[in-house]
Amino acid sequence: MRLVALAGLVLGLFAQDDGETGFGFGREPTEEEIRRLDIDVMPDGTGLPAGEGTVEKGRELYYQLCAACHGVTGTEGPNDVLVGREPRDGFPFGREPGLRKTIGNYWPYATTIYDYTYRAMPFDEPGSLEPDEVYSLVAFILHMNELIEEDVVIDKNSLPEVLMPARDRFVPDDRSGGPELK
Amino acid sequence: MANTSKGKLSRRALLAATAGAVGAKLLPAQDSGTKDPTKVQGELARELGERSRFEEPRRTFFSSSRNASNTPLQDLEGIITPADLHFERHHGGIPEIDPDSYSLLIHGMVERPRTFTLAELKRFPAVAMTRFLECSGNGFRTFRNPDEHKEETVQQVEGLTSTSEWIGVPVATLFKEVGVLPGAKWFLAEAMDAAVMTRSIPIEKGWDDALIAYGQNGEAIRPEQGYPARLFLPGFEGSSNVKWIRRIEVADKPFMTREETSKYTDPLPDGKARMFSFVMDTKSIITHPTYPMKLDEKGFWEIKGLAWSGRGKIVRVDVSTDGGRHWEKATLQDPVLPKCHTRFRFGWNWNGEQATIMSRATDETGQTQPTLSELKQVRGPGTTYHYNQIRAWTVRADGSIVYGENA
Repeated sequence: MRLVALAGLVLGLFAQDDGETGFGFGREPTEEEIRRLDIDVMPDGTGLPAGEGTVEKGRELYYQLCAACHGVTGTEGPNDVLVGREPRDGFPFGREPGLRKTIGNYWPYATTIYDYTYRAMPFDEPGSLEPDEVYSLVAFILHMNELIEEDVVIDKNSLPEVLMPARDRFVPDDRSGGPELK
Repeated sequence: MANTSKGKLSRRALLAATAGAVGAKLLPAQDSGTKDPTKVQGELARELGERSRFEEPRRTFFSSSRNASNTPLQDLEGIITPADLHFERHHGGIPEIDPDSYSLLIHGMVERPRTFTLAELKRFPAVAMTRFLECSGNGFRTFRNPDEHKEETVQQVEGLTSTSEWIGVPVATLFKEVGVLPGAKWFLAEAMDAAVMTRSIPIEKGWDDALIAYGQNGEAIRPEQGYPARLFLPGFEGSSNVKWIRRIEVADKPFMTREETSKYTDPLPDGKARMFSFVMDTKSIITHPTYPMKLDEKGFWEIKGLAWSGRGKIVRVDVSTDGGRHWEKATLQDPVLPKCHTRFRFGWNWNGEQATIMSRATDETGQTQPTLSELKQVRGPGTTYHYNQIRAWTVRADGSIVYGENA
């Protein structure tokens, strides 16, 4: 608020009677407008919709919608490799050139699979999947990566609970310029 | 003035001039087809200019998937990249967006959620800044095995960097307008492309120097650069500068999107990976003379290149012509701007013997480019993104030039 007040003074603008400051451009969006665009999902599950999915339904959808780009087993491409746990130890991606990063060995959060699949997949019809379909695809992808059993139902409660192998491998950027090479 | 007996061009002369112009364009002659330009009237004014037909700078594609293209750095002078040659990187192709139906929503941890049309964004006080933009993957081709890329141009090895004058409204102005709440730490930037591309950005960057840019080099941003409006984050890796921006959500945590977890993270040798590694390190590249040029005689050749840093101004560029044994200071060409390509020049008398030429930039924080082995030591040979090691070109005794330290 201090910044808002300062901006008002610098720009010669003053708070209106209703307490608002600034230029007054733009309009207030409706709840529905926000809901339509606000599709992001966070690691704690915030943003996940109602609905659920199973490995079985996911397998069917995967062969139909995904296998052409990602391979029948999720390992053979031609596009991103989705499946694989190797190397299981040490997270040696910095030491060893050429290792394949997969959902199973590199993605830190299972919720990200939902977020990305819902917003951007499938490639030829992005954003066309219903929540139940996305939950099912996520379930199948997690199962192919040996991260959940065949009978686990994935929904807004169970998905954030899936612990990804790479979860604790990420560190914040500690570079800050200067002579020290980091 | 032979055609202007009454002081103006006759209709016949006008038609002839027009026909000449069309003919020149459609039928490039076996010889260059030019006549003595002092003996024939030139072309008339045009609504839209074009390059000389003798100049054909082109972007080249990064891969057959055509989700990226590289700037022809070897063809450029000064520091500005013409907008139609600015490098590209898309994650869902180039969307077509009608500016009349465009809007930007800002919501989340704010007092007053707002949606702004393009016209409303343009009503705010604007700022302009000339800044580089670089993909954090720039230079990946030569990081692992430089000797496998000897016969490549500077455009191929380093062309995912460009500089423009960007014009727009500061994100800070919009933050004040919507009243960002205490406790806000991050904001999500989301695109309206087929990838609905998202990145989480530290809130401080929004308050500092971030822009919602709608102008580039004197005109509207090009479609492939984010028309009609994009996020521009000076000094930050290209992918965080979300194009075609439709939504900003203010939050107290990062969103951990696909791009900032599985993609633009940097594995380190200690079994960790650096995330949110936004700032582009100090870097430089010689753009002339480079492959496939051939020096056809001994003597004076000007070594030219570009240097830049995501943390501020370039204060010094050193050039070596003996593979890094001796270094000498290059001249920095005005203007020297923060977080911007800086042109350097170095006069060199080539003695006709094999020589390895290199550049090494230092920025105002004191960061100097490391050697490739120093960088691999610290980041690991398998790391990805942020490759700012010293680059070399080797001039062979026959005048031909190859990328790298080895002939």
